[in-house]
Amino acid sequence: MAPPSNRRSGFSRRAQYTTFFGYAVGVLGAFVGGVLLLVSIVSPDFFSGLRSGGAAITEPVGGATARTRAAGNSVFETIEGYATSGQRVAKLKRELAEARRRLAKSNAISEENRRLRALLKLSTEDTEPVAVTRITASSASSSRRFATIGAGASDGIVRGMPVRSDLGLIGRVLEVGRGTAQVLLITDTASQVPVRRDKDSVAAFAQGRGDGTLQIRLIRLGINPLKVGDTFVTSGSGGLFHPGTPTAVVAELTRDGAIARVLADPANSSFVIVESISTLQLAEQETASDEEDGNTQPPQGE
Amino acid sequence: MKKPAKARVRSARGPRINRVPSPAIALSVPWVSIVIASMLAVVVVIASTPLMPPLGFMMFLAWRQLRPGLLPVWAGLPLGMIDDIFSGQPIGSAIFLWSIAAIALDVVEARLPWRNFLTEWLLAAGMLIAYIGGSLALANMAGAATPLWVTVPQIAISILVYPLFGRLVALFDRLRLTPFIELR
Repeated sequence: MAPPSNRRSGFSRRAQYTTFFGYAVGVLGAFVGGVLLLVSIVSPDFFSGLRSGGAAITEPVGGATARTRAAGNSVFETIEGYATSGQRVAKLKRELAEARRRLAKSNAISEENRRLRALLKLSTEDTEPVAVTRITASSASSSRRFATIGAGASDGIVRGMPVRSDLGLIGRVLEVGRGTAQVLLITDTASQVPVRRDKDSVAAFAQGRGDGTLQIRLIRLGINPLKVGDTFVTSGSGGLFHPGTPTAVVAELTRDGAIARVLADPANSSFVIVESISTLQLAEQETASDEEDGNTQPPQGE
Repeated sequence: MKKPAKARVRSARGPRINRVPSPAIALSVPWVSIVIASMLAVVVVIASTPLMPPLGFMMFLAWRQLRPGLLPVWAGLPLGMIDDIFSGQPIGSAIFLWSIAAIALDVVEARLPWRNFLTEWLLAAGMLIAYIGGSLALANMAGAATPLWVTVPQIAISILVYPLFGRLVALFDRLRLTPFIELR
């Protein structure tokens, strides 16, 4: 088909001017975009009000789709369950036997733990959740990994609070609006979480890789002690995250650490828990807010 | 006495003679559909890897390809702003990229005036690759460090899904121009 000729302005001065100004403003738009981009690179918080407003608009829709997503997930799981049930029953039986043994052991340990704590007069540090809410939106088309949750400043949420599901750590609060908050997921490439192996204390950083997995970087370099299947929990150092939140499972070893799967997939978590900031941090939080910022450049290589 | 049979031509979508499309709808449908697409990209899936095609940009591209000149060249400025607010990209990235895309599309169309399905799709594919790559580069400039290969599945999905957006825009375009306001 030949092109429509309506863009030819002909001899009409008015049409010529309209076309010219259309292109002029188009080029100007690109410039404006460039300037705004510079502003948001230099001071990432400048537009947080705007984004919170946007999040507030999509929140009702996101809340509704969150419910349908949960239903959809369970449908697929049911279908998958039929296909793999035989294998799964056998596997579960083995695991149950193993788990019974572990349970007995763990009861003994927790009893001992309680006794030792009483001896030391330590109080148990259970953390009250600040809010329990749904994930309403995520930056699904961007290479950044942000999510929006349906609770904000009116629920007592402040910047930096860790967000977790019943399975493990999901991220931390980056920007707070009135009724919504932006969460930087731990899979974002700008997110670094101090972690340790759950059975001993091999310390490491878990940095997002942008594709749903984490890069585990060991702090003490040397012989790589990790094995596939090792579980990492937050170490609590730095004071932002509470110690002991399950975070990742090693899936593949690399030269200086490992690539790990995230335990809590935000897509499968119907509810998320926002926790208070671990107390150590509160004093430093005001001064060192730049370092906690999700938009700072992570250290490169090592 | 029975009602006289009115001399009215009925098409599948109701009577059309002596009716005009609503100018408000005819003008607003492209803008509204692009904004809705921008918002949908965020709420439909909670993704842990970038998989969702950039719906807003694809809708913008489809409208500009199907109806060149309907959206002004500067439409990327307001629409990109709205997309930026929702998408999680640094603010300004969609404004910049959409504006450039609109100008680039006009330049290409001036050079290659003949069009068919395949060339349009090829052009859109090139645009999508450039857009997703550009978005990644801008997000990385603003602090992330995502490698390029993470976006490869997203690029593939976007290119494959794009013809559906052409169909969708064609449907919207027919609805937009449906005459239903009676002239008296």
